[in-house]
Amino acid sequence: MKVEISKLLQKKRKQILEHWMNNQLANDSLRDDLLGNDDLRAQSEELLDAVVKTVNNQNLEHGLSAEFDDVTEILAGISISRARQGFSPRDTGIYIFGLKDALLKVLQDEIKNDPQTLYDFTLRISKLVDSFGITTFETFIKGREEVILRQTDEISEISTPVIRVWDGIVALPIIGTLDSARTQVVMENLLQQIVDTGSSIAILDISGVPAVDSLVAQHLIKTVSATRLMGAECIISGIRPEIAQTVVHLGIDLSNIVTKASLASALKYAFAMINLEVRKSQK
Amino acid sequence: MDRIPILRMGNFLLVTIQVDLYDRLALNLESDLVQMVSKTGARGVLIDISALSIVDSFMGRIIGNIGSMSKIMDAETVVVGMQPAVAITLIELGLELKGVSTALNVEKGMALLQHKIGSSEDLEEDQDDSSVE
Repeated sequence: MKVEISKLLQKKRKQILEHWMNNQLANDSLRDDLLGNDDLRAQSEELLDAVVKTVNNQNLEHGLSAEFDDVTEILAGISISRARQGFSPRDTGIYIFGLKDALLKVLQDEIKNDPQTLYDFTLRISKLVDSFGITTFETFIKGREEVILRQTDEISEISTPVIRVWDGIVALPIIGTLDSARTQVVMENLLQQIVDTGSSIAILDISGVPAVDSLVAQHLIKTVSATRLMGAECIISGIRPEIAQTVVHLGIDLSNIVTKASLASALKYAFAMINLEVRKSQK
Repeated sequence: MDRIPILRMGNFLLVTIQVDLYDRLALNLESDLVQMVSKTGARGVLIDISALSIVDSFMGRIIGNIGSMSKIMDAETVVVGMQPAVAITLIELGLELKGVSTALNVEKGMALLQHKIGSSEDLEEDQDDSSVE
């Protein structure tokens, strides 16, 4: 007996959907607080329609081929919208794999007289739905990664504010780890601000840098040298005891850079450099 | 042949680089400047590179060379107005221009030169005074 899977599925479409919906509604992990039953049904129906329309005997186990582009698109949409609604990856996984149970159940009822064919189709349907599952997770992770990338960009943008603390003195508090890419941004911002404000002293405050290794120190030295080339002085402040320890243990030479323990002492030093004095007023 | 003008201002020589430097031009500038220092007995050299947007390692070395050469001829060199991008490039190339003083703009550069030369002249005058006494 030759079984046309596409015809069979089209004929049993309603039944599959019912099975699938019942499976989902019976499941403990159903999140009807996040997605109403009607919406769930509409979502499921759309996906099932696309699958039934695409599937035929030849392409059944090639779930990642171009013929399934429509299905993949719908899957991606479902995955992203579910991730936004707050479904866990597990919920989405159960949802997709519920389709497999429904399909297999219908197949079992339909071709129970021919174990060989049934076995064959069971395997192929399994493969197909597995590939759907993979697509779902891929999209899910891709969505998450986009969020992470965007946040990284935002952090690097907002994390380098150059503050004008006095006429001719700018300060740049660095918070977080310094890597090559960030140093580049920090350096460019600082140098540009020096040009814009005509400041002759820059204070680089590293009290927010969790750890200094030889690479970070290298970047700091580069920044200081670049400021010097521009014709401004650069003071590094906020060196914590632990950082002083690691720097010396690593054998990094910071002796030709002016370093101060706190921003306050750096500012005091800067005042002295431009011949300013801060005094209590006589009242 | 193109040459970069070297202006004399009192005790100082003023060089403003307004065009992109190519190797030949830079070499000419180097020799012209040393000649001028010796001819005029200038005490300070101010090089304004605010219009310079591209440097390579050769140009960095020439600037460093001019600094060292003037130094042995007893003239201070101040490089002023370096663009941020230029500064970053030079640092990435490993050229820190150790022997050259720098300033943000011509005004500050002049003040720096005057300060440097003033202090050394004071010293000489003091010495002269003491020898007279």
